[in-house]
Amino acid sequence: MTTEQANPAPRLDNQDPAIFGQTPWQTVGPFFHYGLAWKGGADLIGASEIGARPELFSEEHYVLAMPAPKGDIPGEPIVLEGVVLDAEGQVVPDAMIEVWQADAAGRYADGSRNTGFTGFGRSSTGEDGVYRFRTVRPGAIGEGHAPHIAVGVFGRGLLKRLVTRAYFSDEPANEGDPILALVPGERRDTLLARQVQNEDGVAVWRFDIVLQGANETVFFDI
Amino acid sequence: MSLIQPQAYGREDAGQPASLCPPYGSTVARSPSQPLVRIPHTPTETTGPTNAWPRLMGGSLADLTTQHKAMPQGQRIIVSGRVLDDAGRPVANTVMEVWQANAAGRYIHQKDQWDAPLDPNFTGAGRVITDAEGHYRFVTVRPGAYPWKNHHNAWRPAHIHLSLLGPAFATRLVTQMYFPDDPLIEIDPIANAVPMPYRQRMVSRFDIETTQPNWALGYLFDIVLRGRDATPFEDGHDH
Repeated sequence: MTTEQANPAPRLDNQDPAIFGQTPWQTVGPFFHYGLAWKGGADLIGASEIGARPELFSEEHYVLAMPAPKGDIPGEPIVLEGVVLDAEGQVVPDAMIEVWQADAAGRYADGSRNTGFTGFGRSSTGEDGVYRFRTVRPGAIGEGHAPHIAVGVFGRGLLKRLVTRAYFSDEPANEGDPILALVPGERRDTLLARQVQNEDGVAVWRFDIVLQGANETVFFDI
Repeated sequence: MSLIQPQAYGREDAGQPASLCPPYGSTVARSPSQPLVRIPHTPTETTGPTNAWPRLMGGSLADLTTQHKAMPQGQRIIVSGRVLDDAGRPVANTVMEVWQANAAGRYIHQKDQWDAPLDPNFTGAGRVITDAEGHYRFVTVRPGAYPWKNHHNAWRPAHIHLSLLGPAFATRLVTQMYFPDDPLIEIDPIANAVPMPYRQRMVSRFDIETTQPNWALGYLFDIVLRGRDATPFEDGHDH
């Protein structure tokens, strides 16, 4: 038997140039916690362990990163937190939130610096559907742009990431922000985080994420 | 000065699934009902935590079969390939996170209650970093299929979860790699959320060249991220 006979014509697959293009998105599913959400992933300024759900698997299977010291991060420390809700108003206990933001001076980390503020974080939601980050309030990235935190939402039932932005409700620059201006006026409120309290002198900003239904969060096609 | 990017990343192509896919039941109450608001790219979308992975998710962890006292049960495999952009250019020095079920189709996750054995020698999580040509490689065991509650007699095809940051916030990708000749792919609502023929982009290829004699089977899988758009962005949204 020749090699040709032993190998029938291959079906279309990943290696076939005929279908080369972007790899499709798939859901993270419900069991991502031991693979993605590391301890401290949601603390962009300190060394706490928030962000992970280590209680969902045994300790010998924790192979993710450990909290790392960040040094002294300039800026106003804040907490950004909120609940993730589905169309029925049920909390989503198996979502994961990612954030990407500029530092207090409005600069995105370009990767060349080896310590300090990366601007990237990851938080699992708890059984109560709540995520929580510790970070600094970002500066404006440029004239006319209002300070904001980019947010990605992942989870079981989310075939692909949903992208939104958290703006700050007390920020005068929101009026002129070119991205907010693309959002229908009556839905703009869903993009505003609101200061709800102080915790040990740190402002807590609330940004709930409603996946569907009344007060559905505005999601972006980027 | 405008920060709207003249050279933004391209948009998603026809092979991406919709958020709502009713055969995958969990999407029904968790997908937006309002249309997405299309926005031009600003530095928020065109930057990302490049080079920061050692301080974030951590360094390379490319052999999932040597994390415990003994070898895990199952068929040892080598998964390798390249991370590219959609113009075929390599994406160098980027992190890919990996997680999967064990050979029996069981996750170590507490909420996975399927009655298949856990393997004390297998966690099923790792990370790889691409080299200058976008190459990556990791060693693991072939995961098993497993039942789920989506519909009567529902089984997920064997798959490995892959998560990539790429160079920018806009290039983020989470996908699942499937295996050739798995009859469960055709009847899986998650894989089939991707229209044909694009679904086949997620099916790896068995490869005798990367198979190592007397040691492990080789599978090839390239990952393609969104690339820089060659066409300048129309400045119509800039105001």
